[in-house]
Amino acid sequence: MSERRLADLQAMWRIRAFEEKVRDLRAEGPIVGSVHLCIGQEAIAVGACDVLEPEDALFATYRGHGWAIARGVPLEPLFAELMGRANGVNGGRGGSAYFTAAEYGFHGENSIVGGGAPIACGAALAGRFDGSGRSAVTVFGDGAMNQGAVHEAMNFASAFDLPVVFICENNRYSELTPIADMVRGSRLADRAAAYGMPGHRIDGNDAESVRFHVRDALEIAREGGGPTLLECMTERLVGHYIGDAENYRRPGEMDRIRRREPIARLRQALLADGVPAGEIDAVEAGARAEIEAAAAAALTAPFADPATAREHLYA
Amino acid sequence: MPDTSPTPETRKLSYGEAVNAALHRLMEELPETLVYGEDVGVPGGVFGVTRGLRKQHGDRAFDTPISESAILGSAVGAAMMGRRPIVEIMWADFSLVALDQIVNQAANVRYVSGGRLRAPLTIRTQQGNAPGACAQHSQCLEALFLHVPGLRVCMPSTPQDAYDLLVTAVHSDDPVLVIENRTLYFGAKEEVVVGGPVLPMGGVRERHAGSDATVVTWGSITHRAVEAAEALAREGIGLHVIETPWLNPFDTGTVIASARRTGRLAVVHEANVTGGFGAEVVARVAGAGVTLQAPPIRVGAPDVRMPAAPTLAQVLVPDADRIAGEVRALVRGGSR
Repeated sequence: MSERRLADLQAMWRIRAFEEKVRDLRAEGPIVGSVHLCIGQEAIAVGACDVLEPEDALFATYRGHGWAIARGVPLEPLFAELMGRANGVNGGRGGSAYFTAAEYGFHGENSIVGGGAPIACGAALAGRFDGSGRSAVTVFGDGAMNQGAVHEAMNFASAFDLPVVFICENNRYSELTPIADMVRGSRLADRAAAYGMPGHRIDGNDAESVRFHVRDALEIAREGGGPTLLECMTERLVGHYIGDAENYRRPGEMDRIRRREPIARLRQALLADGVPAGEIDAVEAGARAEIEAAAAAALTAPFADPATAREHLYA
Repeated sequence: MPDTSPTPETRKLSYGEAVNAALHRLMEELPETLVYGEDVGVPGGVFGVTRGLRKQHGDRAFDTPISESAILGSAVGAAMMGRRPIVEIMWADFSLVALDQIVNQAANVRYVSGGRLRAPLTIRTQQGNAPGACAQHSQCLEALFLHVPGLRVCMPSTPQDAYDLLVTAVHSDDPVLVIENRTLYFGAKEEVVVGGPVLPMGGVRERHAGSDATVVTWGSITHRAVEAAEALAREGIGLHVIETPWLNPFDTGTVIASARRTGRLAVVHEANVTGGFGAEVVARVAGAGVTLQAPPIRVGAPDVRMPAAPTLAQVLVPDADRIAGEVRALVRGGSR
């Protein structure tokens, strides 16, 4: 048990340290543009990606750095992409909000809220004809639950029993607005019933819980049972984007969030397991060292070549 | 790639039948194709264009919910994974509820992935006015899609092109929009060579010879432009009518060469003029430094919504008389 928990902790620290480094580099200048960090939400990506097969297709949102990392995309090309370098995972064409790395089963972030859900249906549909046994996972936030494309995708997947897992990261804010103010019934998982698919509200700050439910959903999907909706309850420890003044937060809210956030919780659990504090802290230190090295390497890489700006538009 | 194309043969086909023949061929020769959309499977399409595909190819041809985002988005996803979906959007107007999947998603796949992913999907749709059609079933939207880098766009007006362009589109590794026209589906049967080689994209069709003015046109209104050219020929005015069934890629060079030769340019399209692709054609000719004897003209619908009543629509959509009148004035000078 402790071993798995340590592995989860390490996976989450790699993401958090990455995001914290991104925040620094954005402040210092090497990273420009709009950046959406997933600090506080790491457990969902870590738990889910742990049970994905290489052939499965993963579609994330613009808050997707953690999903790319959890799926196994190497760190240096991710940093390089954020800095517009030639060795960026998309050669500088994607940026923070539009990573894609299909060779790692990461079929991309998406900057359009809910835009990836119909695409995931197609990836699953293709699997029906190519013998790959592929399932598709599409990730989106609570705000996307009010997008038409997501509803179309849920019905499309249900109607055709497509192997799709719809993962809703409910961090309680649709961008800057409380989701509770934008819906009548705030249990978003309940909507699954309308499409005739299983829906569960789960603890998104516990990688083990996410792992359990995603594995279950994938099993159903692979057996021809169709899609599942998982509403993973979580919270951002940071703004919607870097620069978000977060004036929508209530007094004491951040303190409560910090007590529930996945890394602090897992640390407590490991201590309770009897794992020495030094061993736990070494995980963080190791992740930070790995991140520093990757960022430093990316900083020395050449910028994307302007001569290539028009390439790869057409076949 | 092994040559799996059947031996070419000539058949008498209407425009709609030609589309159907192309779909049958494509599903036969490309096992990765899928054909789907609203009512295209068991019913065979509201215009009968996908008839027989379900029977012949089973699950590879199927009906979908009325969900354009799901249809187009799933086509993007399936294409990324190596399928070659051919999806139908019943009316071009309906694509507007799912423009995200075309513009933000399909058009970006190849570029953003640096060519490591591709989206070889074909979107078949049809557009334009027909008697009684309402304002949400009449629009000509090609200019919207031509503004989007990463998409290919074509508009066949004959049974042969309906066949050939679709075959080319589906064999392409780019997202291609094939805009058909429902007023042509049930037109006269013509001899169509089916089973021929896959032709490259692009090129023009010279529909009428003449040296007094160049008329550039595309889509079903091509037939009216040719009718106008025939009428003007009887008056001694010779029009060089160039149909450009491929709008992206667009054969600018041929148009410029013709305009340089005739010294006059008219662009005729059914779409309304402001922001229409006709403006782009005029700009390209002007930008090439072609000296014209008269200012170029654009003949199209005025910037009005499209009314349902035939008597109202008639005065808005250019007919052969109006095209002839405007081009006559271009050639002879004076008022139109």
